[in-house]
Amino acid sequence: MTVPALTEARAAAELDVVQRTLANGLTVTAVAKPGVPLAEVRLRVPFLAADPSLPAHATLLSDALLTGASTFDRAGLAAALQALGADLSVGVDADRLMLSGNVLATALPQLLDVLSTVLTAPTFAADEVATERDRLVERLTIARSRPGTIAGEALGLRMWGRHPYALDLPEADEVAATTADQVRAVHEQRVHPGSAGLVIVGDIETGAVLDLVETAFAEWIGTAPAVDAPPLPSPPGGALLIIDRPGSVQTSVRMGRTALTRSDPGYPALQLANLIFGGYFSSRWTENIREDKGYTYGPHSRIDHHVLGSTLMFDVEVATEVTGPALLETQYELGRIASLPVTEDEVDAVRQYATGTLALSTATQAGLASTISALSAFGLGLDWVVDHPARLAAVTVDDVSAAASEFLAPHGLTAVVVGDAELITAPLERLGPVESAE
Amino acid sequence: MEIPSPAFELVHHTLDNGLRVVLAPDPSAPVVGIAVLYDVGFRSEPEGRTGFAHLFEHLMFQGSENLEKLEHFRYVQSSGGMFNGSTHFDYTNYFEALPSNALERGLFLEADRMRSPRITEENLANQLDVVKNEIRVNVMNRPYGGFPWIYLPSVLFDTFANSHNGYGGFEDLESATVVDAADFFERYYAPANAVLTVGGDLEVEATIAMIEAHFGSVAARPAPERPSFAEPPLTAERRDTHEDPHAPLPAVAIGYRHSDPVVSLQKHLATLLLAEILSDGDASRLQRRLVQRDHLVTDVGAYLGEFGDPFDERDPTTFTITAHYPQADSLNAILRAIDEEIERIASDGLEPGELDRVRTRLLSVMFRELDAVISRTLEFAKFELIYGRADLITQLPQRLLAVTEGQIRSAAGELRPERRAVLEVIAGGAR
Repeated sequence: MTVPALTEARAAAELDVVQRTLANGLTVTAVAKPGVPLAEVRLRVPFLAADPSLPAHATLLSDALLTGASTFDRAGLAAALQALGADLSVGVDADRLMLSGNVLATALPQLLDVLSTVLTAPTFAADEVATERDRLVERLTIARSRPGTIAGEALGLRMWGRHPYALDLPEADEVAATTADQVRAVHEQRVHPGSAGLVIVGDIETGAVLDLVETAFAEWIGTAPAVDAPPLPSPPGGALLIIDRPGSVQTSVRMGRTALTRSDPGYPALQLANLIFGGYFSSRWTENIREDKGYTYGPHSRIDHHVLGSTLMFDVEVATEVTGPALLETQYELGRIASLPVTEDEVDAVRQYATGTLALSTATQAGLASTISALSAFGLGLDWVVDHPARLAAVTVDDVSAAASEFLAPHGLTAVVVGDAELITAPLERLGPVESAE
Repeated sequence: MEIPSPAFELVHHTLDNGLRVVLAPDPSAPVVGIAVLYDVGFRSEPEGRTGFAHLFEHLMFQGSENLEKLEHFRYVQSSGGMFNGSTHFDYTNYFEALPSNALERGLFLEADRMRSPRITEENLANQLDVVKNEIRVNVMNRPYGGFPWIYLPSVLFDTFANSHNGYGGFEDLESATVVDAADFFERYYAPANAVLTVGGDLEVEATIAMIEAHFGSVAARPAPERPSFAEPPLTAERRDTHEDPHAPLPAVAIGYRHSDPVVSLQKHLATLLLAEILSDGDASRLQRRLVQRDHLVTDVGAYLGEFGDPFDERDPTTFTITAHYPQADSLNAILRAIDEEIERIASDGLEPGELDRVRTRLLSVMFRELDAVISRTLEFAKFELIYGRADLITQLPQRLLAVTEGQIRSAAGELRPERRAVLEVIAGGAR
């Protein structure tokens, strides 16, 4: 029996997308996407700043934002959302504050009212902020007991030094010293519609939704200060940093370097080169160190996009006793793809994969809303998604080989490992220069 | 609030070899989901072979009658699709999300391994290493790894089937053989012991023809007799501890045996709503009491089903409450506060509007899980396998609306201290 051929592909239906910039500066994008009777909401507020106190204050703001607003107390706010079939959550990173929600489509107007209340009149009651401050410190303690967090933070510091991007999580002592007044000050300074973007996707009428938003957010005004973060430094590469975590049965390997942004003409070729190397299951890296050698449950490489630049990141957890061989194979696969051409079959496979999974990831209301919101940070819209398959189709095998040579060479990477130093240092020293963290 | 009720067209078909098929056509996007569920999970593993159902799941990806090793992955992904599989207490699933022009290819891939997976010494040794690394990354090398699903069942249940570690001990995994795998396949992977569901952009007649063409020739063999795994509620509280070398803070899991979700569905739904009333969001009983008022815990959650899916298991399933907390000596205060809150629901009932808002939110969560074609396809397959009827999903909104406050109070009344097992995580990583 032979494997059935693919039949002719059917194009996805065109989406009804509308966009409007409101008088307060808020950019609103609404997309009608029927299916389940829900609406997805994403509100992105830029938060990038050099201020070293911001991570602690902003993270506590994010955790305390839904603990009361206007006449709602904490439980009252949560109950009001539940009654709409809604959920709201808040997250923050170096680039943005993000409010994400979903709601029964028929209750979208009420959710927008609650959202507007939270943005314009949060309470930040001293006792609620104190509760969230203590919980945040406890959660940070838990997060920093995970080897992946330890490794990610060490790599961030090594790649970015004192740049805001170095810090994924705030320092616990800075959180512990944060007051409700400081949280309120961050809200007053930064939570404004001026350069914010709101995305609504779901079982909605787009025109009517724009009018609803215009009314609901009329009282939210102002503009946050312009981004003043320094440009991204170049990751230094250099010796492999070993961080000791005694008793680790695996070694967590993290490597990174700068990459191309989505708007760069070379991006589609780099995207495909990354997939061939380690960006999907059928990649060389996975087929070698998992499916052939069993050193790991799975390696991953990916391109991350941040406002100031994109990065190519590599991560894998390997059994302690094969840390040396696993790193050797990793260097071999990097060196191989950077030095020898990729094949046409490989490029065809990842081209199909990239095209198909882009369609799958935007086939749900939640996936589409998150994609549009993420793209908006870079001045890109849904047309980027629609046009991307054509860009992928135009990439040649030579383009991919050239991108691999430039970006996947093992030499340029900045790298850290977290593991049992007593067991892994000698095997790693055989492969190249190492440095031990104090 | 008016609660919408999504409608889905479902088409049932059974092959001569016993394979049950459910189709859920939906032309709105050019994608399809394919799911095959086999009626075997951790509970059916033989003694001395803990973790075997999951190891076997890995072996199902290692090639089959017409496919070399690696080809399954490559065919799915180079068609623009995604694949995965997962092993549960009562079943094992395999699935693909694909552009709809790869529908027949996906069906071929599933049929080929249902007919004959290629299980060799070399593949077994390789996937044993991979599975050990999966356990290291998810359990051994991280704080709270496997908490509570690996550790709580051994306190809460008595039989091997219900109480053992589903990921498996390394010694058991290492003693697994190719012959074990062939026996397991022969016994549990019969077409009559499986459900195939296809959802999304498909034509019903043509798809049934393709399924007949690819799966119809898989030889029939009898489905195994499935024993009852039921265990009656506990009559005396049990307590145990688990030392976690990486955990910086203590944690606790409280488990209650919960019987027959399939036969007593209405009671099950009442207990599901009780779990949401207890811990869904900042307005919930346990969040208000333990997090906001008493500051006893960092986080608390209550859920039905070992992995948090209330419809994932037959009899028995588990009602679980977990909490992470900063002070190791506060466990008894935490248990007391939880008992008081449950008792308050049993004796005083609910607040005005409480049931309606919690139910509205729960329905919204359920609808959201049906949005992605592959998630919906997996849900239909699971309900067909566990409940014998995929269309139960579309009736859940009405069934939930029929749950009364009295039923929820009764459900709370069953969560008595003498019926629980308490597993305390000792924070070995505290500094």
